[in-house]
Amino acid sequence: MADTTTASRSFVRRLLRQPGARWSVIAIALLVVVAVFGPSVLRHIQGYGPNDQLQIVQLKNAPPSWAHPFGTDRLGRDLLSRVVTGAQISLAISVVAVALSITVGTAYGLVSGYAGGWVDAVMMRILDGFLAIPRVLLLIALATMADRMPLWKLVLLIGGTGWFGVSRLIRAETIVLRRSTFIESAHALGASMTRTMWRHVLPNVLTPVIVFATLSVGNVILLESGLSYLGAGTKIPTASWGAIFNDGMGSAGDVWWVLLFPGLAILITVLAFNVLGDALRDVLDPRHLHASHTPQIAEAATSATPEKNG
Amino acid sequence: MTAAPSKSPLLSVRGLVKHFPIKKGLFGKPAGQVRAVDNVSFDVMPAETLGLVGESGCGKSTTGRMILRLIEPTAGSVEFDGINLVSLDAGAMRKLRRRIQVIFQDPFSSLNPRMSVGAIIREGLTIHKIAEGAAADARVRQLLDEVGLRSEYVSRYPHEFSGGQRQRIGIARALAVEPQFIVCDEPVSALDVSVQAQVINLMQDLQRDRGLAYLFIAHDLSVVEHIADRVAVMYLGKIVELATSADLYREPLMPYTQALLSAVPVPDPTVKKSRVVLKGDVPSPANPPSGCVFHPRCQHPAKDAACAEIVPPLEEKSPGHWVACIKQPPTGVDWSVQKAAGATNPPTRYLPVIETPT
Amino acid sequence: MADPLLSVRDLRTFFYTENGVARSVDGVSFDISAGETVGLVGESGCGKSVTALSLMRLIRPPGRIEPGSQIKFDGLDIAALDEKSMREIRGARLAMVFQEPMTALNPVFTVGDQIAEVVRVHHAGSKKEAWDRAVKMLETVGIPSPAQRANEYPHQLSGGMRQRVVIAMALIMNPALVIADEPTTALDVTIQAQILELLRDLQQKFGTSILLITHDLGVVAETASRVIVMYGGEIVEEAPVSDLFARAHHPYTEGLLNAMPQVGHERERLETIPGSVPPPTKWPQGCRFHDRCPYAWDRCATEHPPLYQIGGGHVSRCHLAVEPERRAQKHEPMVVA
Repeated sequence: MADTTTASRSFVRRLLRQPGARWSVIAIALLVVVAVFGPSVLRHIQGYGPNDQLQIVQLKNAPPSWAHPFGTDRLGRDLLSRVVTGAQISLAISVVAVALSITVGTAYGLVSGYAGGWVDAVMMRILDGFLAIPRVLLLIALATMADRMPLWKLVLLIGGTGWFGVSRLIRAETIVLRRSTFIESAHALGASMTRTMWRHVLPNVLTPVIVFATLSVGNVILLESGLSYLGAGTKIPTASWGAIFNDGMGSAGDVWWVLLFPGLAILITVLAFNVLGDALRDVLDPRHLHASHTPQIAEAATSATPEKNG
Repeated sequence: MTAAPSKSPLLSVRGLVKHFPIKKGLFGKPAGQVRAVDNVSFDVMPAETLGLVGESGCGKSTTGRMILRLIEPTAGSVEFDGINLVSLDAGAMRKLRRRIQVIFQDPFSSLNPRMSVGAIIREGLTIHKIAEGAAADARVRQLLDEVGLRSEYVSRYPHEFSGGQRQRIGIARALAVEPQFIVCDEPVSALDVSVQAQVINLMQDLQRDRGLAYLFIAHDLSVVEHIADRVAVMYLGKIVELATSADLYREPLMPYTQALLSAVPVPDPTVKKSRVVLKGDVPSPANPPSGCVFHPRCQHPAKDAACAEIVPPLEEKSPGHWVACIKQPPTGVDWSVQKAAGATNPPTRYLPVIETPT
Repeated sequence: MADPLLSVRDLRTFFYTENGVARSVDGVSFDISAGETVGLVGESGCGKSVTALSLMRLIRPPGRIEPGSQIKFDGLDIAALDEKSMREIRGARLAMVFQEPMTALNPVFTVGDQIAEVVRVHHAGSKKEAWDRAVKMLETVGIPSPAQRANEYPHQLSGGMRQRVVIAMALIMNPALVIADEPTTALDVTIQAQILELLRDLQQKFGTSILLITHDLGVVAETASRVIVMYGGEIVEEAPVSDLFARAHHPYTEGLLNAMPQVGHERERLETIPGSVPPPTKWPQGCRFHDRCPYAWDRCATEHPPLYQIGGGHVSRCHLAVEPERRAQKHEPMVVA
């Protein structure tokens, strides 16, 4: 499914030309680097971890200083270390949860859209049932039932409730694509239904999924933070951003750093993903792939985007 | 039907019918039928080109798709090399697809935009286990060469090519599985004149080199005359005339064919055309006229009430020339039968002179 | 002699894209007189549609009509006219008929409304007056039961009828010039015959000039009195219609005529023009057709030919005009087919 080098180069160029795309890409790249290497590097530099409570009384609720650039919280834990670890945790949760949502949703939508008929009808009615349940409330209910839960359960919950929208999207694209001539060609060539779905339909319906995934990551981070903030998310003392925020709420009002830094982290990250998602949506617009139906625009367009000789 | 004396037909279509139900109302109750293809029969000989012409809505594309079983016929039989396609199960049909291939009209949507050209052509080889790995790669390059494209194009993607080149890729894809018969659904209609000529020449060369038979579906009569050996004219789901290319264009007997030919603009301003201009639009296939489907727009001077009553059979008016018109002699529909249906005019030969070069 | 109705001089329309500057129309000049039908012929990528859009001033960024282009219509230079004034001209004195009638018509308005709207937009009548005119126009374009049809929606009409509606919209304000961009390409051949006949009748009746843009040389032979052939963003040949077909000069025109299968003219193989149209961002040096031309020689690769006079209103952008003996030396074109 790789594009040719010229196509991907022009894609990156167009992407970076979108407003805000540049900084969001940088921000996300930084985030990934921090999430992957941050915790171990910090531990190496500092000599202690995010959950280590430094048992020196002055270091409880200490404001930002050279030794602790983000300050410490009420239990004497270094906030920088916690926020950096939070990056790792939050990102991991989102990526895995979104991956889960996309996989389930794509499969569901593909089968439903391609099969059509009563299979499609039944599958869609089931989906309607799921969609009727408000996701956040469901998550809170499930989460609070189990009190604090292990990370993997949280990921499963979030991922398992996030696939409804994708499947609708994929189903719509599949239905449109099913009538394409190249799908007919595949059929005429003797391709089986599985082969057609996998080789022909799937690669062509992925475009909206990429956009959806990007936007979802931001959404999931918010969701997880919210859940943890409400006390229904990650176990103590896991340092997800929402949990840090939650801890900080318990402190007195003038311990502003305990709220500011995790809050900023969430804000910047979610914003970056949303901006990137929007930019991707604009760039991946199928104008590149579909010729316009009005020939005068098509001719102007083909004269503007020339095709190679041969 | 028409058969060269020594060969038996490669493809034999008999009584092919396709009705699409019209669904109305909340629960989709059928409210009538669109008779897209209504009792079509013809043969295609090995290595011959049968042209199938008609205007939009005549059912030619639907016919092509039924032969490929991309659409299931409502009734009728399609026999390929003696095998009845309609009754085959999915597995057997898939195997047979090697021998019957297709080229589509739209070069922009008939290729998967996310597959490289090489992958597109190779797919047939993989599905039918014809070749793998390096052998498959070699075949792909060979095919690209055969259709006049450079083999370096193997890793490029469809959007990098022009319409004519994409059509060539589509042809290469069809050829990969070494078919005997190709259904060509308006393969050059979307191409410019000069590109069209290139692709037509290519198709003729391939036919000569590989002994391919074509069912050439098109609405452009000049193209069909050039490439087809025999031509069938369709109107509202029926074949109304079937003859060799030369006969059809020299002596079109069906009034619809006459109108069709006279409507084709000639790139020669000195030629005066006495045009048979048809009035009105093509009636809806959901509600075709009674009797002869063409009668409301027919210009034949002997047209009368019988035409609205009797469905004209496709008759061989001269060797190899079949026409569905009870008013063009000779006809097997007896005068007494016609009179009983309200006829007032006996059949008379009507052949308007269409072109007079000055 | 009266001034021509439309006088185009040095029209250049460029598109500024990330792939470079596409010089879609690159120095086009021609005239159209009152009551004339001129055919503009060419294949995709030659710039004919962009020319039409430029005349209508419908070019949007990243395209623009380059300064220095002159479009004199009925005495007014419309190339640089402000948009407000242009809107008064569009639809009223200069109208366009597009190729796809289904997309040219708004699906949620009745056809009567859409035709009447043209009248109202140009403040040429009240609602009732506009409607009556619309119904009358429907009758003029040959639609049976016009009063009833005026209340129908585009999807209820056939392709041929829709095109008649579009023509009605174009003609209702009695414009001096109608630009028809491939008006019959999307139609069946019998319907095409009807529409072409209609256009001829209407032109006789109203005296409208028509610029008929098409790739179909047959259509041009039947309807136009003068033909302009475009290639590579420029005019390569222009002649009265009988001259063009009887004595085509430019090798591209010749190639086009030979590439067309003709009913009644049996040939073994069609003659093709090898290669393909170059992209407008990279017009070839010298003569833009030279690498596909069977007569080209070294001069053609370096020297861009001007429009030579052949005589009798016939011009051709080809060095064969000054070195006609080279026509005997046909060879394989440079390009790899």
